[in-house]
Amino acid sequence: MTTITPINEDSKQESTVIESHADHRMFGLAAFLIADGMTFAGFFAAYLTFRAVNPLPTNAIYELELLLPTINTALLLASSATFHKASKYLKQTKNGLCQRWLMITAVLGVAFLTSQMFEYFTLPFGLTDNIYASTFYALTGFHGLHVSLGTIMIFIVWWQSRNPGGRITIENQFPLEATELYWHFVDGIWVILFVILYLL
Amino acid sequence: MTLANSSSNSEAIQKLQPTGWMKYISFSLDHKVIGLQYLVCGFIFYLIGGALAGAIRIELTTPISDFMPRDVYNQVLTLHGTIMIFLWIVPVVNGAFGNYLIPFYVGARDMAFPRLNAVAFWLIPPAGLMLISSYFITGAAESGWTAYPPLSITSPAAGQIIWIISVLLLGGSSIFGGINFIATILKLRQPNLKLMQLPMYCWAMLGTSILVVLSTPVLAGTLILLSFDIVAHTGFFNPSLGGNVIVYQHLFWFYSHPAVYIMVLPAFGLVSEILPVHCRKPLFGYTTMVYSIMAIVILGLVVWAHHMFTSGTPPWMRLFFTIATSFIAVPTGIKFFNWVATLWGGKISLNSAVLFSCGFIINFVLGGITGVALAQVPFDVHVHDTYFVVAHFHYIVYGGSVFVIFSSIYHWYPKFTGRMLNETLGRFHFLLTFIGFNLCFAPQHWLGLNGMPRRVAEYDPNFAFINQISSLGALLMAISTLPFLWNIIWSAFNGGIAGDNPWNALTPEWLTSSPPPIENWEGNAPLVTEPYGYGTINQEDLVEPTPESPSEESSQ
Ligand code: HEM
Ligand SMILES: [Cu+2]
Repeated sequence: MTTITPINEDSKQESTVIESHADHRMFGLAAFLIADGMTFAGFFAAYLTFRAVNPLPTNAIYELELLLPTINTALLLASSATFHKASKYLKQTKNGLCQRWLMITAVLGVAFLTSQMFEYFTLPFGLTDNIYASTFYALTGFHGLHVSLGTIMIFIVWWQSRNPGGRITIENQFPLEATELYWHFVDGIWVILFVILYLL
Repeated sequence: MTLANSSSNSEAIQKLQPTGWMKYISFSLDHKVIGLQYLVCGFIFYLIGGALAGAIRIELTTPISDFMPRDVYNQVLTLHGTIMIFLWIVPVVNGAFGNYLIPFYVGARDMAFPRLNAVAFWLIPPAGLMLISSYFITGAAESGWTAYPPLSITSPAAGQIIWIISVLLLGGSSIFGGINFIATILKLRQPNLKLMQLPMYCWAMLGTSILVVLSTPVLAGTLILLSFDIVAHTGFFNPSLGGNVIVYQHLFWFYSHPAVYIMVLPAFGLVSEILPVHCRKPLFGYTTMVYSIMAIVILGLVVWAHHMFTSGTPPWMRLFFTIATSFIAVPTGIKFFNWVATLWGGKISLNSAVLFSCGFIINFVLGGITGVALAQVPFDVHVHDTYFVVAHFHYIVYGGSVFVIFSSIYHWYPKFTGRMLNETLGRFHFLLTFIGFNLCFAPQHWLGLNGMPRRVAEYDPNFAFINQISSLGALLMAISTLPFLWNIIWSAFNGGIAGDNPWNALTPEWLTSSPPPIENWEGNAPLVTEPYGYGTINQEDLVEPTPESPSEESSQ
């Protein structure tokens, strides 16, 4: 019985395929997003524990307005759908339509950020008022950072998927797919955040 | 002809690579170069951390605080712990050996993301330098490697913030590394190579990397909140502002208990590679080993509050975490017995590598026993925060992980450099280290049981004699480094030529020249489906038909 055999012709072919990197990068990104999600999980756990064991004096509790965050939720959910549409058009090599829907997605992202800013300025509490206020800003701020980064990425992807001249084509979808996965992730986090921070 | 198209990175790698020793200080993308960068860089930090440990032991030879001012003592203690964990053990057992070995073991020519790999390494030196220079510039952090608030909030802010930034960078490095290992093991594996045919170190690194990816980000988030408390005066962990220190402890230990496995699981893997080679026997109980690793990974995520039994933890939590922690002893015990069974009846050559591995087994059992004892609440409330805990974790972190690092260096040095290490010096090194280590840390059990608190510079004069014995042991450990240092430097130029496979080993890193060529194998990657087939098949049959480097590459 031999245990060590030179690799045969077939597998050599396969290994060449394997090392064409695209799907590894998506895999790596997914792993990174799991890590990123754990950061949020830590924040959520901290917030929930604070709520469970650190009661605040009643006069220090503010009711959060629900209207604005609900609109925000709608904006982000819609942007996930529009991004999905954009990537579908890319797969049909309709770069123009793809770009249009990317732009809509980016605008929705900007709208979300603007409305979030607006909420910050109208809230009756500041960062250091109490630990709920602090956790509220830490969580939404950290999420907002993700949205900002994502929006910038969408603008870049939008520019790169122009036709002719853009780097993103049906053969090279990775930047667009990666940004899309990231964007869905950020939206998903928002939904959890919305439930925990505003609804609970 | 296959070389050229088998790796899309090969040209990039070759173009970027300076030759000679210069490549070790360049942004190299070669996993072997990066592995050695981790190793050497880690070892330099080990020497620094060791010097700090020496300072601590000198201070503790007398019951009064006379060697250094108290705040300096706190800084030295904090730096010692932080350096040893984040800059020595974690990067070396994961980054150094992982980078060097994992691509060989899966039959790949590099890691999945070579550039990310280089970035992960190059985060370490600046983070380490920043941490150490904070001592000279602002004063280093003073609140221990755990940085418990409110201590960390009330101690001088500048040093603490620098500490946080360094640990964040090191955590980032660790996460990037972990992602890379998972992708390499799962995605770059040769198509015909099954998971259950992989050398054990791959499994250990897979489990470890899962822990890294799941737990390190929680530490990062926690430290960010802590830095807000320090800089922006929020009150997350500040009781005087309505915050909750216990939440910090939970989040911190959610990372830092897995972190102890991040330090020791890869060491388990390395020992599982070393023992079969030098005993000429297959690794005993491969399948149970794999399941044990995965059990440790899962259990390791749900035992963190055993560090908090005296933090007012509610009874149900104490119960749960005692039981969960005690359960970890089962998979750990399985691994222990598997190593013993691997040694049993083998043709053991008692060289330095094996000596250090056996030293590991002995020390680790002692540390494991005190660990299970510490998991029992009634016992823990007596010895928590005493020298008993210090003894426990040094038995595991030093007696375990560091012994394995030495064992691995003795085992793989011929591959790294193409030259053999001096055996006599190696055995001398082992003897000194083993005696010094046990002399240093065994007495600390007694100190702890009799009530000497940890992290203090002054203590009851009754403890003086035992502390002096401990310091004597530390002196021996310091001396033991000298034959080792001499050996690795001298042998790099004068050691006997190793040849491709001086140990007649079967794992793939030995089936190529020493040091290996830039893409690991001159020809095709060998497919090794029985990495532990010792004794079951004729050795010569195994080693001869392997595709070897045609050129006798000699090293300088
Ligand atoms: C056999 C399984 C193990 C058990 C049951 C165990 C149990 C414990 C317990 C209960 C404590 C808390 C003691 C206290 O603070 O009062 C502890 C502390 C510690 N253990 Fe273990 N342990 C085990 C393995 C390990 C391993 C494998 C490592 C590292 C590689 C390790 C490293 C540490 C460290 C660093 C501390 C002290 C942390 C600190 O407070 O600074 N332990 N262990
Ligand atoms: Cu623990």
